[in-house]
Amino acid sequence: MSNGTVAATEKNFYEEGTSRHKGILGWLLSTDHKRIGLMYLVTIASFFIVGVIIGVFMRLELIAPGPTIMEAQTYNTLFTLHGVIMIFLFIIPGLPAIFGNFFLPLQLGAKDVAFPRLNLLSYWIYLIGAFLVLLSLVLPGGPIDTGWTFYIPYSVRSTTNVSLAIFAAFVLGFSSILTGLNFITTVHRLRAPGMTFFRMPLFVWSTYATAWIQVIATPVIGITILLVIIERAFGVGIFDPALGGDPILFQHLFWIYSHPAVYIMILPAMGVVSEIIPTFARRTIFGYKAIAMSSLAIAFVGYLVWAHHMFTSGISDTARWIFSLLTFIVALPSGVKVFNWVATLYKGSIDPKPPFLWVMNFIVLFSIGGLTGLVVGSLSTDIHLHDTYFVVAHFHYVMFGGTGTIFFAALYYWFPKMFGKSYNIKLANVGVALFFIAFNMLYFPKFILGYMGMPRRYFDYLPEFQSLQLVSTIGSWLMLITMIIVFGNLIHSLFKGKKSHSNPWGGVTLEWHTSSPPPLENFHEIPTVNHEPYDFSQLKEMDYESK
Amino acid sequence: MLALLSGQAAARSTDTVDNVMIYIVVISVILLLGVTAAMVYFVFKYHRKKGHKPKDIHGSVILEAIWIGIPTLLVLSMFYYGYTGYKTIRAIPDDAFEINVKARMWEWEFNYENGKKTDTLFVPAKQNIKLNLESYDVNHSLYIPAFRIKEDVIAGRINYLVFNAEQTGTYDIACAEYCGLNHSMMYTAVVAMPQSEFDVWYNTKDVSAEPENIEDTSADSSAVTDSTLIGGGNQ
Repeated sequence: MSNGTVAATEKNFYEEGTSRHKGILGWLLSTDHKRIGLMYLVTIASFFIVGVIIGVFMRLELIAPGPTIMEAQTYNTLFTLHGVIMIFLFIIPGLPAIFGNFFLPLQLGAKDVAFPRLNLLSYWIYLIGAFLVLLSLVLPGGPIDTGWTFYIPYSVRSTTNVSLAIFAAFVLGFSSILTGLNFITTVHRLRAPGMTFFRMPLFVWSTYATAWIQVIATPVIGITILLVIIERAFGVGIFDPALGGDPILFQHLFWIYSHPAVYIMILPAMGVVSEIIPTFARRTIFGYKAIAMSSLAIAFVGYLVWAHHMFTSGISDTARWIFSLLTFIVALPSGVKVFNWVATLYKGSIDPKPPFLWVMNFIVLFSIGGLTGLVVGSLSTDIHLHDTYFVVAHFHYVMFGGTGTIFFAALYYWFPKMFGKSYNIKLANVGVALFFIAFNMLYFPKFILGYMGMPRRYFDYLPEFQSLQLVSTIGSWLMLITMIIVFGNLIHSLFKGKKSHSNPWGGVTLEWHTSSPPPLENFHEIPTVNHEPYDFSQLKEMDYESK
Repeated sequence: MLALLSGQAAARSTDTVDNVMIYIVVISVILLLGVTAAMVYFVFKYHRKKGHKPKDIHGSVILEAIWIGIPTLLVLSMFYYGYTGYKTIRAIPDDAFEINVKARMWEWEFNYENGKKTDTLFVPAKQNIKLNLESYDVNHSLYIPAFRIKEDVIAGRINYLVFNAEQTGTYDIACAEYCGLNHSMMYTAVVAMPQSEFDVWYNTKDVSAEPENIEDTSADSSAVTDSTLIGGGNQ
């Protein structure tokens, strides 16, 4: 409790900024990693809500066969926007930009990231990219209708604003690259005295692994997008078969980035899980090095599996079996993580508070997502399930059930640290339980629909699919209610919540060694690290008393 | 999986795929239940109580070896099973009856060796069939859910699909690769009929199947579909 009393005498980062500007400019021009993290949070969460609402409208259209509330062209536009917004504006930047920015320096015992101005520039580039996406919706030509994968030749022929929308993705890529560059340098150069690589918290490890993917993989999509824009503008015939190009080349280039990008999405989430489990089990993590190294293994092998998105595209049978084999291999490090997390609960002292319950949700939903990944990684089953609802279900379990769930877990875990407020625990528990029910109702029927032969990206469908489509649509309403509860609880607490204890959960990583919210430069004095990251014997010297 | 229970498979590939599916799903369900049960058990068993001291266990090389080793064997077996099944599905038998398939937004065209041309696929049952797939315009994918097979249909290259319908009957053909406005309405059917019936049909002259009736050359047709890309294309 001593931290709390010290904090009262000094200004936190809300009260003291990096620029002389006050109000909104004090935020938009701030180079403080915490303010930048929070600006990302507001922007990214807003886009997430837009994506959710689009999803609810798509589900409503699919409640019955035939046109229900919209035309086919509108539906095709909506599923494209749902994908573009959720992938490029929510889930790729999501965890690194929000929680990586806010907590990476704190967990390392640093005052800020290595390049604070570059960090602000990354945020501005993100805003410009987001603005271009919005612009592509309203300009003549109409919103993009190609699906978020922009497959050629369709994306060369579509008369919608494809070039502008993919240029937006190009711009957003730079935001991602610069953030990754910043994090790599921060990890290498700004660790507090005594913070060796193997004393770094696992969220730092996973964000570090992610940063390498961001820096190395993202340029490939940048090049690809430029080539598509050139193709559309000048008809040079790189990809379009009508001009002598090769559409399969586009798919390779697209997935060489977009598959590693899947690991940009999930790795930081895995890092958050590795933070939350020790804190609420109040014991050290089981298999620290195995978890840290598996992040690097995923980042590395993740580069080599892209063509499993193309098993039915006509690539050679040799390529198919090699990529299938590698796909099965990349599942192993994820399995290692799950086993170590569960083992961390053994002989712990477990207090299942909301962040921990979110993680339990994660373990079940992510495991389903991962295991169904084996089904589509296998050649025989993939040629049946490729491009069906089974794949849609699979990646929603991994992305939404995995990363999305952890987005909420991280919010509920670090909310008291970020805002210095506490939220309603009971309502938070209700949110977690409802989420589990709504999620499975919304997405599990899609596994069955997929196996029954329902292809994805269908505006209309055969009558035999209707009952399961109906269940899924009802699930989407329940999910909407859940989102209102989950976000509502936090927004209400932001304004009306009680002041939080500076360390409400009894965490021991460095962000819990400072006040909540932290001061401008994070710590009164740079801490010296002489413990491993999850050594809960520190709680005594931190004067922590369990309430 | 639903079709598994109904007994007779529509095609050889149906059984192959369903068996691999069952193998992977059974192992997956066991793993999922194991992980979930262990987690829930620990949460109850080690629930935080006063005076209860947690124990710091840093890890175990033996356990890491076990849970890397066993899953490795399991996924390799899944890979192998999936691969061998796939090889039988993809193998081109010497006696395969070939049909050239052309796709365009948003219809299918089946061209037989004797010049017959249809928009529904007619095949003899219990006969190896090889479809040569090519697109006039954007990417499509020929998908026969009942046979558990699909392959993309792409302009400028010829992909193939092999099957053998065990049962006579009519099965849906869907387009599985997003191809624009009416992608979800690009359904047709494969009709598997007894060899004798097929032979009768195949050898009758049919007005709609005049060999001279080939009006498409791929360059022109893509220009036509361009104009109907947005808001048009009622079929």
